[in-house]
Amino acid sequence: MTSAIADSAPVLTSGLTKRFRRQIAVDRIDLEVPDGAVYGFLGPNGSGKTTTIRMLLGLISPTAGEISLFGSSLRAGAPAVLRRVGSLVEGPAFHPYLSGRANLARLDAADRYSNPRDSRSRIDSALDRVGLLAAAEKRYRAYSLGMRQRLAIANALLMPRDLLVLDEPTNGLDPQGTREVRHLITELARAGATVLVSSHLLAEVEQICSHVGVMYEGRLVAQAPLSELRSSTVQTVRVDTDRSEEAAQVLAELGLSDIAISPGYVTATLGEVAVEKIMPNLVNADVPVLGFAVLQPSLEDVFVFLTGEGFDVSG
Amino acid sequence: MSAAELLLVKNPPRARVSTRFLRSELKIIFGRRRNLAGMGVLAVVPVILAVAVRVSAPGQGDGPPFVSAITGNGLFVAFAALALELPLFLPLAVSAISGDAVAGEANLGTLRYLLAIPAGRTRLLVIKYAAIVIFALAATFLVAIVGVIMGLALFGGGDMTLLSGTQTSMADGMWRLALSSLYLAAQFSALGAIGLFVSTLTEQPIGATIAIVLVNVFMFILDSISQLAWLHPWLLTHWWTAFADLLRDPIATESIKRGLITALVYASVFWLAAWARLSTKDISS
Repeated sequence: MTSAIADSAPVLTSGLTKRFRRQIAVDRIDLEVPDGAVYGFLGPNGSGKTTTIRMLLGLISPTAGEISLFGSSLRAGAPAVLRRVGSLVEGPAFHPYLSGRANLARLDAADRYSNPRDSRSRIDSALDRVGLLAAAEKRYRAYSLGMRQRLAIANALLMPRDLLVLDEPTNGLDPQGTREVRHLITELARAGATVLVSSHLLAEVEQICSHVGVMYEGRLVAQAPLSELRSSTVQTVRVDTDRSEEAAQVLAELGLSDIAISPGYVTATLGEVAVEKIMPNLVNADVPVLGFAVLQPSLEDVFVFLTGEGFDVSG
Repeated sequence: MSAAELLLVKNPPRARVSTRFLRSELKIIFGRRRNLAGMGVLAVVPVILAVAVRVSAPGQGDGPPFVSAITGNGLFVAFAALALELPLFLPLAVSAISGDAVAGEANLGTLRYLLAIPAGRTRLLVIKYAAIVIFALAATFLVAIVGVIMGLALFGGGDMTLLSGTQTSMADGMWRLALSSLYLAAQFSALGAIGLFVSTLTEQPIGATIAIVLVNVFMFILDSISQLAWLHPWLLTHWWTAFADLLRDPIATESIKRGLITALVYASVFWLAAWARLSTKDISS
């Protein structure tokens, strides 16, 4: 990748830090969201994701460090570059006594760059995309949590955007709604938008992301294309056999570590050993192999590998 | 870069100058049931006053200012109603609107969505304050107009005897009432600037409103302590009753002028304070 491309990356931060009175919420992070990526911004609750997102949107100012969006620096509040960014920040928030449509009209009216003439049709198509058109005239206070979340996503789609920042977009949605949002994100990315989606649900992000950044206690502990991140982590092999002891012996001789013997199968960490060597050795040692697999680590495994801890709330 | 992006670079969409945001703000203020109920209360005062004076025996002198003049000319219902609502009702209405301006949006969380659009922090404060000024005008003129309607209906119009004893025409009386309402609206707008500032300090709109009312009452109290006479000219509320000077012939302009300058200074200082506060504030609500 050339530096020219990196310069105009949708999101680029260097040494971004936010210190609240006592604690450092975000600690010198260098975020890079490449053009066209679906970037999964992961981390347990309280790891600094939302604080980072608020800084990206100009809502809170960094204690130190730089943010650039599409190559323009985000100093002094919220410059015009933010019009290219659609966002959902920390859950939906609307006027309870206005209808869904009136709430969107209000936000559209506050946008200096939106055209009042096509306001109505843009609002309708945004509502339609999130499946809320039928409930457009209902007051916001009568909306369910899932409908509120959809309205917040519709707000992010009011104008054509180059970057969408979606903080926990599937919060409060049922499985069907979650699937729809995943589909929507994929669709937006296919249309050319870059998407930064934060989540504490690893499995959900795993299905749609091309890139992943992992936050832990304010630090960005990993950032890479998803495939790269996976292969950098320990891979596990599993041998199904009715003679586990002998299989384990072969694996140990080959140099695999963390061998765990269970009735019916053996697992071991692959390490530097070439995968293709394992089967011939097992066969030579007359171990009956009923099944063999190299297990792809889940994001959960990657996360535990990176942080040494489970995916719980960090304080 | 895609073709669409190239096009975007060549022709960046220009920011539009429009009253759309202000209109949307006004729609929220005047569409809210709570605010309409509040305005209803403001409008009820001249009605009660006019009816009470009409049904009571003529010549029962002592009462609020202007009341004894009502039977002579219905226009005085409007002046009397303004005088009655000046210490609490009108300032309370302006406090409720201005206290809600920023704190209300912060409380709902809509502030973060407005700023992420980006609506612009300075622009937001300009729009919010413009809406407060328009509300102050609307509230004051509402009281005056209801007063005129009730007064003319129950007591009739005709020539009007001014406070200085001279007679003037009905049209001139209306003109003086309009000036009085404008003067008071300017005073309440200055209070609204204090309110806007307080509103940037908190995420609790009710708390902000109470604080603004307290500031207002506090100024009235200070103004009533004669030992603090040196302070009085500096108090915003000290000049509010000067609107009666518009009912003299010729109009006594001295206090009116001082009052307007005081209001302008209060409005500027507190609007700038609100700006200084909001432009650096971390929006974490």
